[in-house]
Amino acid sequence: MTTAQTRPTAPPLLVADGLRKTYQLPGGGSLVAAHDVSFTLPTGGSVGIVGESGSGKTTVARMLVGLVRPDAGTISVDGRDRMAGRRRGRGERLARAREIQMVFQDPYLSLDPRLTARQCLATSLSLHAASDAHERIGELLDRVGLGSREAAARPHEMSGGQQQRLAIARALAVNPRVLVLDEAVAALDVSIQSQILRLLVDIRQDTGLALVFISHDLAVVQHVTDETVVMRRGTVVEQGPTQRLLTAPEDAYTRALLASVPRRGWDPAAAVRDRAAAVRDRAAASAGGQPSAKVQD
Amino acid sequence: MLLDIDRLTVHLPGTARPLLADVSLRVAAGEIVGLVGESGSGKSTTAKAVLRVLPDDAAAHGRVTVAGTDVLTMTGTALREHRARRVAMIHQNPRSALNPVHRVGDFLVERLVHTGDHDRRTARDRAVELLDSVGLNDPASRLRQYPHEMSGGMLQRVVIAGALAADPDLILADESTSALDVTTQAEILALLRDLGRRRETGMLFITHDLHLAAAYCDRVYVMYAGRIVEHRSGHTLFDHARHPYTRGLLDCSPELGVSRPLRPIPGRPPSLADGSDGCPFAARCPQAEPACEAWAPQATELPDGGEAACRRLPEAAAATAGATAKDIP
Repeated sequence: MTTAQTRPTAPPLLVADGLRKTYQLPGGGSLVAAHDVSFTLPTGGSVGIVGESGSGKTTVARMLVGLVRPDAGTISVDGRDRMAGRRRGRGERLARAREIQMVFQDPYLSLDPRLTARQCLATSLSLHAASDAHERIGELLDRVGLGSREAAARPHEMSGGQQQRLAIARALAVNPRVLVLDEAVAALDVSIQSQILRLLVDIRQDTGLALVFISHDLAVVQHVTDETVVMRRGTVVEQGPTQRLLTAPEDAYTRALLASVPRRGWDPAAAVRDRAAAVRDRAAASAGGQPSAKVQD
Repeated sequence: MLLDIDRLTVHLPGTARPLLADVSLRVAAGEIVGLVGESGSGKSTTAKAVLRVLPDDAAAHGRVTVAGTDVLTMTGTALREHRARRVAMIHQNPRSALNPVHRVGDFLVERLVHTGDHDRRTARDRAVELLDSVGLNDPASRLRQYPHEMSGGMLQRVVIAGALAADPDLILADESTSALDVTTQAEILALLRDLGRRRETGMLFITHDLHLAAAYCDRVYVMYAGRIVEHRSGHTLFDHARHPYTRGLLDCSPELGVSRPLRPIPGRPPSLADGSDGCPFAARCPQAEPACEAWAPQATELPDGGEAACRRLPEAAAATAGATAKDIP
């Protein structure tokens, strides 16, 4: 099920259709990192991509922003194919970069250690030839809750939460339509994480920015998304409205993933048994003719 | 009591507040005890004090005993034995705990020969048994693998096997599942609980995740700015937390299946440069009164046997009133 089908009146902003990516491994094998991944996102919508390590979440994120070229499939924003025309000029490349921006897990590694917060934003703005940069930097810092002291600070002088606020401000600088967040709150302490989540929810409401929220934390995904895609080993095992998916999952693997989340009366041993059963069921199903993505030696 | 930390205070020169202030914490044999707090709250420092690997210039006061032996006064062979055999530590990142150019088997055999009564040949057999006991299939061939050939979850099992090699009484697990995804985390936690039950090992389970600690641990201590602010049984924490900081943590943690707006705790925890004699949480506390800023935190016993260190608890007020009444003849 996609958002476009549930709300036929709203034309989708982002359409990812049949994305596929296979990596060649040293030694001759190959790894199917993404196999036929499709979803849509309306303006101001929010989709979560969940799954364990190696499920292909990050590969999908990288294809969306253009860091990885899919082997097959299309990605379009407002009906324009992001990959059409291999040889493009700088202006067009920048225009596409402005459509979708990304925030990474480790803000310290994604910021230039030599630049102050103000310089970091100025660099991004000048690259995209924005006028009135000075005023815009003030707006952006204000938007993400950074004060004048942080504006003059370099990344090593900031806390992890402040660094991530700056990374978000830099992504917002070019007024993107879509923000891709790859485990963007995973490394933060919970009280700081909640401040960042609150900021994202506010920005989404105020500006109509759409979010692709990639996380292994289902409780966080529940909090910030409308739709969720569950991935395992490169394939989508289930997708649908987040509330339905978390309360009445149809796929055994989704159920197992949910059972692994610590909560009241939780028993990790029972969660392990659930997952083992789900993996067995899936193996039995794929032996019956369904294609399954896996490492081929 | 297996681990008994009694009013431990650790100071670093040149800092306004202590790394640890008046920390008291106990772990019994066979028990899983959680220690929860945010970055910089003193969780890892507490674990380091148990192994006595505090910074050289740190001044520690109070007592730390493991199975009745005082750790802070240990020297020489006794201290080496303590670190090698009695207490084992499992860190967050197994990749940085293992030498990347050594085979997994070399790591285990070296540890067994060093700490146990094994020669290299019997150590190899024991290493196979250990890898089998932590749930790795085909353990004999695993011995020949290098760390880069294994996933994070498998490597954490190898590290746990290494921790069990000397048959320790106490395991310090410092964010040992935080880098793993939820399904692998559940596997490792089930394994640790099972091993602890079978061997009567005590475990201090350090995490920043209050939900995880409350769901997994028998008892939980919550730390803030180097102090224990609340100590409760795991299952009472979800609904009956009493310290405003613990409740603040619960309010800002998203909970699966519960849709409520997140309420972030305003501000940031105090750094080591922020010294105050009063309650360290007062500046961020929604219930703070001016008197809290001058109130030296003290643990108050709660009716269910837990403790919380908040001036505004009715029990704290009653205890103060009682003490005053007794003091005045």
